[in-house]
Amino acid sequence: MSISSKPSIPTGLAELLDEFALLDRDMKSELLIELAERFVPVPSSIACVPYPDEFKVPSCESDAYVFYQRNPDKTLQFHFAVLNPQGISAKAFAQILQENLSGQALEQVCSVSDEIVFEVFGSGISMGKGLGLRSMIQLLKALSNRERL
Amino acid sequence: MNDIDARGYASPEHLVSTDWVQENLSDPNVRIVESNEDQLLYRAGHIPGAVEVDWVDDLNDPLRRDYLNRSEFEKLMQRIGVTPETCVVFYGDKSNWWACYSLWVFQLFGHTNAKIMDGGSLKWQNESRALTKDKPELPKTQYSASERDDASIRVFRDGVLAHLKQSGKLVDVRSPEEFAGTRMHMEGYPNEGALRGGHIPSAVSVPWAKAIDPETGCFLPASELRRIYETEGGLSSSDDVIAYCRIGERSSLSWFVLKYLLGYQNVRNYDGSWTEWGNLVGVPIEKSA
Repeated sequence: MSISSKPSIPTGLAELLDEFALLDRDMKSELLIELAERFVPVPSSIACVPYPDEFKVPSCESDAYVFYQRNPDKTLQFHFAVLNPQGISAKAFAQILQENLSGQALEQVCSVSDEIVFEVFGSGISMGKGLGLRSMIQLLKALSNRERL
Repeated sequence: MNDIDARGYASPEHLVSTDWVQENLSDPNVRIVESNEDQLLYRAGHIPGAVEVDWVDDLNDPLRRDYLNRSEFEKLMQRIGVTPETCVVFYGDKSNWWACYSLWVFQLFGHTNAKIMDGGSLKWQNESRALTKDKPELPKTQYSASERDDASIRVFRDGVLAHLKQSGKLVDVRSPEEFAGTRMHMEGYPNEGALRGGHIPSAVSVPWAKAIDPETGCFLPASELRRIYETEGGLSSSDDVIAYCRIGERSSLSWFVLKYLLGYQNVRNYDGSWTEWGNLVGVPIEKSA
């Protein structure tokens, strides 16, 4: 069973991962670039530079940050910052997480495996980039878990 | 005199400005090549007419840890529209790490008519110059390459051991923490399996980034490079020098600096670097106190 078919993953994310599984490399790259181009950094009403270290993604070469707002229904609205102007993969992945995990039940958010990085970018992703993007989802889950408990 | 000529480099013809690239975009004897770590960057927008050479897909053997062979290099040259006479200008992300790596691999096959675009893709982007997602359609060229020369600018582990016995100079271009052995990988990168930390005995630590102006992403003038590598690092242009890092990419940039910007005649890149040395049984290792 693929990671994306686990029932606990938010439906939108599972569908997106299924879509990625069907794409060849060029199509996957095009989709990732589209996602990166949709990326909007965290609004200044939520966080301002210099961003606090507790929201910094460890080991991310693109200097990414994860922020959130609490929704009335106890879900979270996620926001991201990517300081590296050439951090296109980080922006694409942040956009995936922002679009598909915001407003979702925190139990579901916390059940998402950081291995989805490989489903999105393929197993050929460089070790450095893979580590940074996995850290992005790990931080998002840690922040979600803090709010859940 | 342009800015690059004024910096006092030994071989300034191997470094070109973004202005030079802009002026030579339509020159059929010039091929612009983008080499990045992030494979999305070229597809997201590149210099008009530029082709991509990917360090993994195009330059490395998919099975063995080694580079492509002569026949594969010839096919690559034919695909990207390069003849033996073409001037190849490399640029890319990360202050031209991978551009320098590609230039170095091209030189293993004798293609020395090659330059680096100073400041890389970020400088081009920051200057609001044109970018395109269109891949150029290039006529297939004829290219007859030399056999790969692994002796002149590349060195293997046995060569490093022999170099040590002859008290040859080594420059470790990783971070100070990696050099000291307190960290076995650069910050932000995973440990790629090195079992030991430290550095090759007698190596001097000159992190690659010292050669780059952090404000502009361009190479520092020769006088500053000499202070960094020679006054502080103890190297001399008459030395036989081996540069190494983690997998040979950062040391490609330092190799370019020593060879072309400072005019070192004998400088080789140990691409096995720490991912090999840190795992070898029985080789000497030093740690900083």
